[in-house]
Amino acid sequence: MNILIPTPLRPYAGGQQTLQVEAATVGEALSALTGAHPELRTHLFTPEGRLRAFVNLYLNEDDIRYLPDKENTHVTAADSLSIIPSIAGGLAV
Amino acid sequence: MSILRLPRFVYDEIRAHGEETYPQECCGALLGHPAPDGWRIVASVRADNTRTDSAHNRYQIAPVELVHIQRTARRQGAEIAGFYHSHPDHPPQWSPTDFAEAHWLGSSYVITEVAQGKAGRTNSFLLAGTTEEDKHFEDQAIMMDDESIGAPSA
Repeated sequence: MNILIPTPLRPYAGGQQTLQVEAATVGEALSALTGAHPELRTHLFTPEGRLRAFVNLYLNEDDIRYLPDKENTHVTAADSLSIIPSIAGGLAV
Repeated sequence: MSILRLPRFVYDEIRAHGEETYPQECCGALLGHPAPDGWRIVASVRADNTRTDSAHNRYQIAPVELVHIQRTARRQGAEIAGFYHSHPDHPPQWSPTDFAEAHWLGSSYVITEVAQGKAGRTNSFLLAGTTEEDKHFEDQAIMMDDESIGAPSA
């Protein structure tokens, strides 16, 4: 499957926009990704191993947080996983 | 100081967006290419502000919209270079909330002051650093059609 790397994380992914990994689930895809590019791990996960709150993972059009099987969701070679840091802000504290 | 280079039409588009959504905050993305000293922008993409509960002083872009914007950028051979939003009736300086919720390291965050419905100053800030722990905003000069229109000022 393809994993789309956002601009800020590209330096830790060999400068590539898209990486291909072989995986059966979203979790396996993330393991393959961070195995090949270990520097990505601290940008994606907390020291406790949880996905950082501001990191969104979309399997095609779906937020994996809302998929029934979450990171255990099965994937195929035709799927795309997008890593998208959140965007928010404003005047209010 | 790094430089954000914008075509005039993009500069005009993001300021017009702020005027249209006043007194609420507008938001969107900037597409472009990395340059040795910053970013060269080629287009802006409007986004919906999903903070409908507090749109006058907060903004948020839905992640799925960012996924679509990222795909659009790649189809055009460009990258998401940064984001813009407006500060209705407040100076174009980043707020503590802007900083806390900024996670696109290396990207430009552009803020336009909209005073009584009219776009005022537009400033750009580069989110510098390599991690969440050492990230910080740096003032970034804006050049429009390769002519300087200044750097952030209070």
